[in-house]
Amino acid sequence: MGDLEVHALRGIDMEIRKSDFVAIMGKSGSGKSTFMNIVGCLDVPTRGEYFLDGVDVGKMNKDQLAQLRNNKIGFVFQSFNLLSRTSALENVELPLMYNPKVSSHALREKAMKALESVGLADRSHHLPNQLSGGEQQRVAIARALVNDPVVILADEPTGNLDTRTSVEVMDIFQQLNNKGITVVIVTHEPDIAAYTNRNVSFRDGRILKDLQVEHPRKASEELLLIPAISEEETI
Amino acid sequence: MKLKNQLKAAIRSLSKNKMRTFLTMLGIIIGVASVIAMLAIGQGSKQSIQAQISNLGTNLLTIFPSASMTGGVRMEAGSSVKLTLDDYKAVASRCPAVMYSTPTVRTSGQLIAGSQNWRTSVWGVYPDYFDIRNLTIQSGSVFTTADDRSATKICVIGQTVSKYLFGEGIDPVGKQIRINKIPFLVTGLITAKGQNAFGQDQDDIVIAPFTTVQERMMTITYINSIMVSATTEKMIPEATDEITQVLKERHRLGPSEDPDFTIRSQADIANAATATSGILTILLASIASISLLVGGIGIMNIMLVSVTERTREIGIRMGVGARGRDVLLQFLIEALMISLIGGIIGAGLGILTSEVIASIMKWPVTITLQSILLSFLFSTAIGIFFGWYPARKAASLNPIDALRYE
Ligand SMILES: Nc1ncnc2c1ncn2[C@@H]1O[C@H](COP(=O)(O)OP(=O)(O)O)[C@@H](O)[C@H]1O
Ligand SMILES: [Mg+2]
Repeated sequence: MGDLEVHALRGIDMEIRKSDFVAIMGKSGSGKSTFMNIVGCLDVPTRGEYFLDGVDVGKMNKDQLAQLRNNKIGFVFQSFNLLSRTSALENVELPLMYNPKVSSHALREKAMKALESVGLADRSHHLPNQLSGGEQQRVAIARALVNDPVVILADEPTGNLDTRTSVEVMDIFQQLNNKGITVVIVTHEPDIAAYTNRNVSFRDGRILKDLQVEHPRKASEELLLIPAISEEETI
Repeated sequence: MKLKNQLKAAIRSLSKNKMRTFLTMLGIIIGVASVIAMLAIGQGSKQSIQAQISNLGTNLLTIFPSASMTGGVRMEAGSSVKLTLDDYKAVASRCPAVMYSTPTVRTSGQLIAGSQNWRTSVWGVYPDYFDIRNLTIQSGSVFTTADDRSATKICVIGQTVSKYLFGEGIDPVGKQIRINKIPFLVTGLITAKGQNAFGQDQDDIVIAPFTTVQERMMTITYINSIMVSATTEKMIPEATDEITQVLKERHRLGPSEDPDFTIRSQADIANAATATSGILTILLASIASISLLVGGIGIMNIMLVSVTERTREIGIRMGVGARGRDVLLQFLIEALMISLIGGIIGAGLGILTSEVIASIMKWPVTITLQSILLSFLFSTAIGIFFGWYPARKAASLNPIDALRYE
C-alpha cells in the first residue's frame, strides 16, 4: 500500500494480430506483468482503451470480464499458480468448471486431452508437489489451453526452468501457435524470445522497440539435438 | 459452476483440514444436540403433566363460591355467599349433562390410632366422589348412601395415612381410629395415586360420608364445593351452562348479572399447568440455542481465516473465469456443509442424550419431529448467516490482488 502513485505503463499503443506469437521483453519493473494483466483481463487500465476480439474490455463489468477470461484467454501465471493438494487433472479441469457450456461428462475428457497435448497424460493423478518445475509449468499450460482460448498469455513461462525444459515449453507454444492460437509471452531472455515471431521491448512503461523476428528458432528441431536427461530424474 | 462440482469442491476443501473442520462443526453439534435434548425434556414433562391431569378425570367440574363484591370491596373468597346442600340437589337433579355429582366439605383432622397420630385433611362426600375422581378401593369397601343418611362414623383412608397410623403393609380395614377425638371405623384403603401435577400427595387423605363430616365433625349448614363429572368430555361446556343457569336461578341472579360462584374444569387447570411447562421448554431451548449461536460465530471465524489463507486459490479461480458469485457460493456451501453435517450429527447426539437422560435421571423425555426439524432449520440458517460475510469478502476480491497475495 504505497501512497506514491506508480505509472507502471504509460502511452502504450500496440496491436496484436490473430495468430501472432509475441515476446514482451524488458528489465524487471519495466511494466511487462502489468501489460500482461491488462491484456489478460485480470486488471483494468486506469486510463486508455483495450479491445479484445473487437470488444471494448473497459466497458465490461466484473462478471463479463470473468467470462472473457474463461472463454477467450488462457493465462499461464508467473510461478505456475496451481492449486495445491489438487491433482494435475483437476487443476486442468478448473477452467471448464466455470464454463457452463461444458457438460460434466465432457469435462474430464477435455482436460485429459489437454494434458496429453503437453505430454503429461501419465501424470494426471499426481499432485503439484509430486511434479518437477517443468511438469508443473506444462500442467499450467494445459490449464490455459483447455477451454480453446483465442489467446494464450504466459508471464515468464521459462523463468524457473533449465535449458532443455525451457525449449520443451517453447515447443508447446510453437505447436499451439501453429494451430492458429495467438500467443504472448513475457521473457527477459533474448534466447527465448528468438522462438517467437515478434519481440516487443518495454522500458519504464513505454515501448522501446517492436521488431519482427526474421527466422524464428524451431524448438522441435532443437529438442532432437539436446540429450533428454530431465525425463528420467523426476519421480 | 455446477452444483455437483461445487459440492465436490466443498467436500474436498473441508477434508483437507479434517481437524479444523471437525472442531468448527463441534460448536454446531453441541448446539443442536442441546437444543434437541432440552426440547425433549420440556416436551416430556409437559406430556407427563397432561397425563397426570387427565388421570384426575378430565370430565371433572368443581363449583365453589366466588368472592363477591360488596360496595366495591372484594370480600374474602366464600365469605358472603355460600353454597348449600339444596344448591347441590338442584344441580344433581336438573342438569342432564351431569353424570356423577357430590357435595363436598373439608376440614382438617387430627388422627389417632393407638400411639400413632397424623394430621391430614378429611373430606366429606357422597359415594359418587370415587367415580368422579377415578378413585378405587384396594381393600375393604366404600361407604354407601345409606351410611351417609345415617351419618355413620366410618371412613376410607389413603395409603400415606395408613402407613403413618398403622405401618407399611398393614391392612387398616376394620381398625378403629379417632378423628378429632371422634371414633371412626376404617372400612377401606384407597388405591395409591401418587403425586399430582403440583407435587401434592394424593394418598394423604381421609374420606368419610358427607353428612358425617358436615354435621358431626364441622357442625355447619353450608358446603364447600360441588363436584360433578360431565357425561363426556365434550359435554363440559353444556354442563357448565346448565349448572350456571340452575345456580343463578336459585341465587336470584339475572342472566346478565355476574354469577356468585365459579365453575372450574380440570381442563382449565391442565391448560395452566401445560402453559407453565411450555414456558419452561422455551426457556431451556433458548439457553441451548445460545450455544448454537456460539457455534455459528465459530463458523464465521474459521471461514474468515480460510478466506485469508486461500486468497491465492481465490485469485487462481477468478483468473480462470470464476465469477464473484461462484466464489461466494463456494464458501457459502462450505459453511453450510459444516453446519448441516454438524446439525445431523448433533441431532443424533441430541436424541442419544435424551435417551440417556430418560434412563438415568428417570425424567420423561419426548423427542418430536418438529424439534429435530427446528434445529435443522436453525443450523442451516446459522450456516448461511455466519457464512455470508466471509463468502462475500472472498467474492469481492480483485483477481489481480488475490493472485499477488503472499
Ligand atoms: N500493485 C502494485 N502497486 C504498486 N506498484 C506496482 C504494483 N504492481 C506493479 N507495480 C510497479 O509497477 C512497475 C511495473 O511492474 P511490473 O509490471 O510487475 O514489472 P515487470 O513485470 O516488468 O517486472 C514496477 O515499478 C512495480 O514496482
Ligand atoms: Mg513481472
